[in-house]
Amino acid sequence: MSLVLIALLPFIGAILPALMIRAGRNACALTAGSVTLTSLILLLSYAPAVFGGEVIQARFEWLPGLGLNANFFLDGLGFFFALLILGIGLLIIVYARFYLSKQDPMGLFYVYLLLFQGAMVGITLSDNILLLLIFWELTSLSSFLLIGYWKHLPEGRQGARMALMVTGSGGMAMIAGMLILGNIAGSYDLTVILQSGEAIKASPLYLPALLLILGGAFTKSAQFPFHFWLPHAMAAPTPVSAYLHSATMVKAGVFLMARMWPALAGTPEWFYIVATAGLVTMIVGAWISIFKDDLKGLLAFSTVSQLGLMTMLLGFGTPMAALAAVFHILNHATFKAALFMTAGIVDHEVGTRDAKRLGGLVTLMPITATIAMIAAASSAGLPLFNGFLSKEMMLYEASHTYYLGQEWILPVLATVGAVFSVAYSARYAIHVFLGKERHDYPSHPHDPPFGMWAPAGLLVVLVVAIGLLPQAIAGPLVQVASNAVTNGTAPVVDIKIWHGVNAALIMSMIALALGLLLLWRYGTFVALRQRFPRPEAKDIFDRLVDRTAAAATFVTDGLQNGSLQRYLATMVATMILVGAAGFFGGSHGAGTRATLPISPLGLIGWLLLVAACLTLVFFHHRRLLTLILVGVIGLIVSLGFFYFAAPDLALTQISVEVVTVILLLLALNFLPKQTPVAEFAPRRWRDAVLAGLAGLGVAGLTLAITTRDFFAGSISEFHLANSYPGGGGTNVVNVILVDFRGFDTYGEIIVLGIAALAIFALLESSLHGKASKRLANWVPETARAFDSHPLLLVVASRALLPFALLVGIFIFLRGHNEPGGGFIAGLVVSIALIIQYMASGFQWAHARVRVDYHAVIGLGVLVAGLTGVAAWIAERPFLTSDFTYVSLPVVGTFEVATAMAFDVGVFLTVVGAVMLALANLSRIGRLAETGGGSHPIASQH
Amino acid sequence: MNHWILVPIVLPSLVAPLIVLAARHDIVLQRCFSIAGITAMLAVSIGLLIQATGGPPQVYDLGNWPAPFGIVMVLDRLSALMLVLASLLALLVLMYAVQTWDTRGRHFHALFQFQMMGVAGAFLTGDLFNLFVFFEVLLIASYGLMLHGAGAERLRAGFQYVAVNLAGSTLFLIALGLIYGVTGTLNMADLAVRVPLVPEADQALLRTGGLLLLVVFAIKAALVPLHFWLPQTYAAASAPVAALFAIMTKVGAYSILRVFTLIFGEGAGEAAWLAAPWLMPAALVTLVLGMVGVVAARSLRWMVCFGTIGSMGTLLIALGAFTVTATSAGLYYLMHSTFVAAALFLLADQVAQRRGSHDDSLAPAPRYPHIGLLSALFFVAAIAMVGMPPLSGFVGKLLILDGVRGVPLGSWAWVLLLSTSVLMLLGFARAGSRVFWKPTAIEGGAGEAEVAAPPAAMPLVAIALLLFSTVLLTAFAGPVMDFLDGTAAQLFEPRGYIAAVLGPEAPFTVSDF
Repeated sequence: MSLVLIALLPFIGAILPALMIRAGRNACALTAGSVTLTSLILLLSYAPAVFGGEVIQARFEWLPGLGLNANFFLDGLGFFFALLILGIGLLIIVYARFYLSKQDPMGLFYVYLLLFQGAMVGITLSDNILLLLIFWELTSLSSFLLIGYWKHLPEGRQGARMALMVTGSGGMAMIAGMLILGNIAGSYDLTVILQSGEAIKASPLYLPALLLILGGAFTKSAQFPFHFWLPHAMAAPTPVSAYLHSATMVKAGVFLMARMWPALAGTPEWFYIVATAGLVTMIVGAWISIFKDDLKGLLAFSTVSQLGLMTMLLGFGTPMAALAAVFHILNHATFKAALFMTAGIVDHEVGTRDAKRLGGLVTLMPITATIAMIAAASSAGLPLFNGFLSKEMMLYEASHTYYLGQEWILPVLATVGAVFSVAYSARYAIHVFLGKERHDYPSHPHDPPFGMWAPAGLLVVLVVAIGLLPQAIAGPLVQVASNAVTNGTAPVVDIKIWHGVNAALIMSMIALALGLLLLWRYGTFVALRQRFPRPEAKDIFDRLVDRTAAAATFVTDGLQNGSLQRYLATMVATMILVGAAGFFGGSHGAGTRATLPISPLGLIGWLLLVAACLTLVFFHHRRLLTLILVGVIGLIVSLGFFYFAAPDLALTQISVEVVTVILLLLALNFLPKQTPVAEFAPRRWRDAVLAGLAGLGVAGLTLAITTRDFFAGSISEFHLANSYPGGGGTNVVNVILVDFRGFDTYGEIIVLGIAALAIFALLESSLHGKASKRLANWVPETARAFDSHPLLLVVASRALLPFALLVGIFIFLRGHNEPGGGFIAGLVVSIALIIQYMASGFQWAHARVRVDYHAVIGLGVLVAGLTGVAAWIAERPFLTSDFTYVSLPVVGTFEVATAMAFDVGVFLTVVGAVMLALANLSRIGRLAETGGGSHPIASQH
Repeated sequence: MNHWILVPIVLPSLVAPLIVLAARHDIVLQRCFSIAGITAMLAVSIGLLIQATGGPPQVYDLGNWPAPFGIVMVLDRLSALMLVLASLLALLVLMYAVQTWDTRGRHFHALFQFQMMGVAGAFLTGDLFNLFVFFEVLLIASYGLMLHGAGAERLRAGFQYVAVNLAGSTLFLIALGLIYGVTGTLNMADLAVRVPLVPEADQALLRTGGLLLLVVFAIKAALVPLHFWLPQTYAAASAPVAALFAIMTKVGAYSILRVFTLIFGEGAGEAAWLAAPWLMPAALVTLVLGMVGVVAARSLRWMVCFGTIGSMGTLLIALGAFTVTATSAGLYYLMHSTFVAAALFLLADQVAQRRGSHDDSLAPAPRYPHIGLLSALFFVAAIAMVGMPPLSGFVGKLLILDGVRGVPLGSWAWVLLLSTSVLMLLGFARAGSRVFWKPTAIEGGAGEAEVAAPPAAMPLVAIALLLFSTVLLTAFAGPVMDFLDGTAAQLFEPRGYIAAVLGPEAPFTVSDF
């Protein structure tokens, strides 16, 4: 359990600095430090076991179905890396306490740092590669926050984004790689994968998996050509750079290659990809580093170069090279962290980190200078410092490794890399600290407080100690780590300072001499470099991003142009295409049902319908005419229902038509009377073709359906048979509506009710605010009738009202057995009421209707719903109807069905919905007609 | 008969008219009814989920008419899951709305309840025509909600939304007509029994009906090229409505899953896996266009809209594979993307409200209050949306990648899922940097004065809870996937569903006759 805590503590503790900053900056830093220290102590408690060769495991099931489990293990390699991460992390926390200024939100800094630290430790302790992926991407995310810490600086924001994009993309590749790898090995657990090296390398999927995983590792470890993000990440505060680019973030890629070494390394593919990338990175990074004036830039590229060195060593694929890589990882972490810290101190104290403006600091800042020069010496590979030892190993390995069958390629190129590394290290030491003392500094530089140089000081003590007593201090750690890397095949070595004169030593000496020579003739080389074009990676990256964004905008704006016509045309085209594919994808036989002869009446109706439709198409821009034609079409459809012996439908359709046309007329009042004609001919043709095809398609399908019988009967036979015995009604349509499929009706009346509420809500807003002012100033397009409420109409309509209501009730009551029912009755009553509004005016009618139509709708839905619920009391399902026969004197025996209560609900909802919609459209009308004034037009009636 | 099954539909359908009837003049009363109603709905849904997990599908015969002659509701694991998801989302969205939006128009709460009724009905119904009815209910309520808060832009977008969906409804009816005309039934289980028996001569009509139904559902699910309506609708809708609409696209996805595994699935004879050749390619294109749109977006809301389209692409890639593993992965992603999209819509609204005239645009604007808190929430939400670890987006993506191994176009799915993630990362990193980092360098915020009042806590809590849901979804991925694997297995073995509806002796395949 405590193994898991090593990784989880930084996550859990990450919240603390954000709180403790309220107790002051020291408390904040102390808290962050304690969290790291606790993790470190926990880690060290495992040291005896790890050095004893044990592998400690902790396993928790998370998502076993996928193979993603919280499995952790601690072996030599994990211990080695975790030690670096936590140890240097602790030093960075101390350093940052003094580095950050009062304006910087320190709490947040430590939050991000701990999150990052947790993610890094997680990577090193994961036994499950999917879990490792999670921590891997978490480092990308947390480093994004760290790099962008100074969010007010554009460089910080851009650098953070670039780092995230590059490492994040690599992470995506790695996801694929890990999934493939796990599939080959049959498990996502590293302990299994590391034992399945043979099977993995033999698999046909080896190369894709390798490439994808290396994609992740190379981007993270800034290998050429993905190296460009790292220098821009230097916009971060120096403690971040010191941490991310010495021991942690960029080492994650190297760690991964080391971790996967037993599973992936040792093939020619591995050798040529990894070693080549490492070699190129080492040389290119070092070369650029020499010419960087910004100290952090110089160090950034030197890091790139050193990472290349480690990658190359791992790429060699031999156990000894792997051991050298491990040793160099340790050494690099110590001297590079120290170098970054000194660069930060210089920047902090002097106010600049431009090498051209610095020099002679050794007299002003002796302590810092000493630290920096020791670290630089190690970086250059001077004897007696730890960097010398591992670089020797590298040169030795390079000296006897064949590349493309040639013996000389690697040693020569490795020496070139070493030359450059001597040059940049020397430049850092000499151009900044040595030379003539300068007095043109922005502020008077002096050594920083103890807390700021102590962490770096401690690191260079290590640099010297390892350099002098390598085997005693670092030997066991390197050995146990490289055993883990190589699956136990690492040679047992005794790291010594003096190997005698061998190839490596000669190469080292050459490098030292040439490196210093290069620095001596620095100006010449700068001039030389200026003569060659240098691609600026940031520009290329920015251009790529900009082009991607521009292309995305082009595509999206091009497609999403806001035109409803286009959207609908695409929809209809899709319907036609998919429908046609469906039809022609299956076998079709013509219908077998005998067709009926055409009656003259039917023919006339059909001709009228066709004529009305065609006229509508041609005159659709005249909206009033369109409305009339729609009315005509609706009427013919109603007649059609009647013709096919469906009087219920006919009645419903007619009343719906009437209501709709009236409501549309009201709305049309405020709309332009003409639709602008589409001016673009090809588009009209496109629409015509689409509409024609869709129409013909539907017609064809309808014909096909109506000319065939059900192959195995249909459910309507049951409805016919059970309407009276089961539903108590002889009008099957009504019984279907209120009983068999009463639930559909329940839904549909709710639809109607919602529609009315939505119309109300919509129009309500137009009665207030801007829209109401527009309405008040509205001038009607057409002339008003002289007499808005003709007397004849008024008288007739008032006389008609009781009759209409009576008809409504009649239709309602007979519904269960004869054509009718709540729905139609509701419509009929609504029409009767609408006529009152039309004839006598809104004001008059409204004053006499004391019900709020909202309430009518609400009541209607409630009644219908509660009727359904009532069945629960009888322990029957929702909407189960019951009926009985009641005998009353005078009236006689008649049937009472619970469905009638439901029908009352339907009736009320319909009336409420229609009237609410109408009432609101009329209110708009009134506002427009009166110009918002208070004089009513129709109050005289 | 287990009456609880009907409660998620009947309850909101009664609460809504009650609000209209009794509470229409008092917003506080409306809120009480509304929140109580949705809370009860959530509680009942959780109860139903527990029941559904423990046993076979349960059926509810409405009006006591036996299937296939009456309408049935069917509770199985999938429908219970969708109910819980929808009602939980609704509750959190409602929390957000009560302190921000519900007074900016009339009837918000009534329409909200009706909307939930429609959604619940769509998830529960076992009848294809009844599904149409519930589609109508949820659509018409959504028209009203979409227009909530008024404004010209909203009206314009709302009109397009209505027009597109009316076309969709019409097509739904045509498709239903075809399917009924061939099979003579509307009950889904009965359809599953009859479809394999459809004679040769009727196959063309059956397939046409089935595929047109796919088009209908694809419109709801915003599948390319039927996605055009979504961005402007969601971007123009008020924030809580857009957040609630996160479940609406899922209704489309749910319907595809239900109909094309039950009716046109393995046992459908000649029409088996009817949707498969269409769904996966369209989903891949949807994914790409959605993510491209994320990069192109000029405001947070538009970015989230296109992110929603992209995530529908991702979801339908998983569902389009039509395998048990991919489907359960898809269901996981469905839950995840619902919460995250909702959270992001609400978050964009919080930003917009604090930036005055700068709204939620990605253009530079001065700093505004609570930028730190909002940026932290955005960071978490963006991680989830992009699918970076450790949140559910990453887990979902892993599951889907794992699930589509070896299916047709599976390798395309891999390539596109991963590469579009990079696009999305680009889009969100740029947007986050512009909206949350850059303003810290621009002083003199004009909005400082007008937002001097302390922030309403409830909206932020609602967002945090939505994000917390994704955290829970991640932490308990194991048990959740156990449930979802069972759910997917139930879908791909529809015998249990059919037996529940039509009785244990119901024939299942041709050979059973």
